[in-house]
Amino acid sequence: MVDPNYLKFDTLSLHAGQEPDPVTGSRAVPIYQTTSYSFADTEQAAGLFNLEQPGHIYSRISNPTVAVLEERIAALEGGVGAVCTASGMAAFHLAAATIMSAGNHVVASRNIYGGTHNMLNLTMPRFGITTTFVDPRDPEAWRAAITGDTRVLFAETLGNPGIEVLDVPLVAEIAHEHGLPLMVDATFTTPYLMKPIDLGADIVMHSVTKFLGGHGIALGGVIVDGGRFDWAANEKFPTLSQPYDGYHGITFAEEYGHQALSMRARAEGLRDFGAAMSPTNAFHLLQGIETLSLRMKRHVENAISVIDFLETNDAVAWVSHPSVTTHPDHDLAQRLLPKGAGAILSFGVVGGREAGRRFIENVQLASHVANVGDAKTLVLHPASTTHQQLSADDLIAAGVSEDLIRLSVGLEDPEDIIADLSRALRASQKG
Amino acid sequence: MNFECRGEVVNYATGGVALDRELPLVVLLHGAGMDRTVWSQQTRYLAHHGFAAMAVDFPGHGKSDGMLLSSVKEMADWVSEFIAEVGMGPARLIGHSMGSLVSLEVAGRHPESVERLILLGTAPAMPVHPDLLGAAERNEILAPQLMTSWAHGARAHIAGHPTPGLWMRSGCQALLERAKDDVIFNDLTACNAYEAGDVAAMIKCTTTVVVGSEDKMTPPRATAHLVAGLSDVDLKHLDGVGHMMMIEVPDRIREILLSALR
Repeated sequence: MVDPNYLKFDTLSLHAGQEPDPVTGSRAVPIYQTTSYSFADTEQAAGLFNLEQPGHIYSRISNPTVAVLEERIAALEGGVGAVCTASGMAAFHLAAATIMSAGNHVVASRNIYGGTHNMLNLTMPRFGITTTFVDPRDPEAWRAAITGDTRVLFAETLGNPGIEVLDVPLVAEIAHEHGLPLMVDATFTTPYLMKPIDLGADIVMHSVTKFLGGHGIALGGVIVDGGRFDWAANEKFPTLSQPYDGYHGITFAEEYGHQALSMRARAEGLRDFGAAMSPTNAFHLLQGIETLSLRMKRHVENAISVIDFLETNDAVAWVSHPSVTTHPDHDLAQRLLPKGAGAILSFGVVGGREAGRRFIENVQLASHVANVGDAKTLVLHPASTTHQQLSADDLIAAGVSEDLIRLSVGLEDPEDIIADLSRALRASQKG
Repeated sequence: MNFECRGEVVNYATGGVALDRELPLVVLLHGAGMDRTVWSQQTRYLAHHGFAAMAVDFPGHGKSDGMLLSSVKEMADWVSEFIAEVGMGPARLIGHSMGSLVSLEVAGRHPESVERLILLGTAPAMPVHPDLLGAAERNEILAPQLMTSWAHGARAHIAGHPTPGLWMRSGCQALLERAKDDVIFNDLTACNAYEAGDVAAMIKCTTTVVVGSEDKMTPPRATAHLVAGLSDVDLKHLDGVGHMMMIEVPDRIREILLSALR
C-alpha cells in the first residue's frame, strides 16, 4: 500500500510557511516590520480590498512574517488555515465574534483559564452572549446545557488548573449531533502532544505565548480553522452562510467553503477589532516553534521526574496530573495523549493556604509568575492570582482549593528543579 | 446560489455578485471529489472583470443535490443541459482534472454549448492508482491523503499559500474529507474508465491547456498527447507547479484565464 508521503511534524516545525526570501535569499524568516504595502496599481489595490485576489494591505489584517507563523501553526495542527492575534484572549474573542452575535449562547467547561471564564461569565453577557458552564467530564451535562441559541461548545484540552483531560472525540460528537462546532483551547498540549482536529474538534485556539513560543518573551494567540465543519448546513451561522454587506454581499461559506471561518475571521475580525499580532512577536514565536518537539519531550520527562518526587514527599497532600494512576482521567490520557499529558500539574501543600504561601515565597529557582509554558519552571497560587476574581463557590466548582499550587515544569536539569521544590516544601512546614 | 437542472438543485458560486445576464457566461468545473470552492481564487476575480462566473458543484457534490453521475460522458451531457437551462450560453468552459475531461466532452459532443475551452491539469486518459481507487471504494481517509499528497508540487507541501494564513495541504485534504461517502470513488472510477478517443479532433473552438511541470496526476507528457490532437490550442507551461495549479499559483492562473477569456 502506498503512503501519502507527507512532510513530518519536525520538518514542518522548521519549514512550514516559509521559503528562503526570494529577493534577499534570507534563510531565516525576515521581520517585515511595516504597517503597509505598496500597491502595484489602482486595479491591484481594488482587487485586494475587494477579496478578488490575495495579498497584504495593512498589517492589522495580515503581515508576511505573521503569515509564516499562521501557516506553520495550521500545518502542525492539520487545519486549513490560522489567524494570529495579539494574545490568547484576543484569539478566543476573535473566534467568538466571528461565529456568534447577540442572543447566542455558549456551553463551556467550568474548568478553564480564569481569564476566559471572566470573559464568558462577565464580559460577553454585556454584548448579549451568555454561557452555561458544565462539568467537562459529564456528557449529559454538555447535552442538557445546549439550547436553541447555542452556537459553540468550548473547553480546554487540559483543564486549568486541575488538568482535566477533555474527551475530545466524545464532546465533538455531542456538538456535531446538535449541528454545532467544538472549539478547544489546546495551549497546554500543543500539537506535539495532541492534534484536536484529528480527534473531531473544529476550531483550535492557543495562547502562543506559552509552550508554542516557549521562551516567555512574546505575547500571541491563534485560532486554527479545522475546515471540516459545515457552516452552511443549518441557519445557525449567518455570519458565514448569509451575504455580508462588508464585502458587497459575499457569502463566505458559498465562496470559500471549508475555509470560510479563516477568511471571515481575518476579513472582518482583524479588520474591525484590530487585535493583530506584531511582526516581531511572530518572529520570536517562530523561533520557539522550531524546537517544539524537542522542548515538549523534555518538558514531559521533567514533569514525570517532578511528580515522582512530589508523590513521596511528606509535605505534599496530593498531586494532580493525568500521568498519576489515581487521576480520574488517567486512562483517557493514555488514549488521547500517548506522548504525555503535558508539563503543568497541581499539588496541595500540607498546611493549607498559609503553608502554600510559605512554599511560594521560598522557591529560589522556580519563578512566581502568572504564566505557564515557559522554558523556565514557574509556580503560582491560583486562588490569589489567576482565579482571584472567582467567587468561593466558583473556585470550588473550578477545582481550585486554597492549598493548590500550580507548577509549570521547565527545561532545567530535573535534579535542580527537585532540589528547589524540596527546599521550599521544607520551609512550608515551618510555620 | 441555487439553480434547478433536471429537477434537482444545483449549487454554484458567482464570486459574491449577482449573476449579470448581459455578461459572457464562464462555467468552472471542479475535479474528482471536490467542489466549486477550488475556484475561490478565480471566481470573484472573473466576476469583477467582465464575466458572469458560475463555479458549479456537480450533482451530489458540495451543496448540489442529485445522484452522482457515473461517467465523464454523463457529466458532459449534464453540463450541456445546465448551460442550456441557464440560458446564457454558449459558455466559456473552464475545467480542472475530471472537470477538464468533462469540458473536453462537452466541447466535442455539444459544440453549441461552448465557445472557448480552458483545460487545467488535463490528459486524454487519467488512470488511477489501484491503491487510491481501493481506499476510495472503502471511503478511507487514505484516499484524501493520497490525492492531497500527489496533487501538489513540492513547493506547495512546504509553504506559499497566496492567501495569508491558509495552509494548502490541509485545505485540499479537508475539502476531500467533506465529500459524502462514495463521491471520490465515483469520480475516480469515472476518470479511470475515460478514454478521450478522437474527441480532441471534434473540438472546433480555441482551447487553452495549462500544464504544471510537477503535476503527478496529469504529467506534462500525458498532457502533450492531448495537445497533439487539438487543432487550435495554446499551451501554457508552469514551472514548479503541481496539479492544484489554480490554488498553488492563483495569480498566474488568473492572468491566463483573463487573457484567454478576452
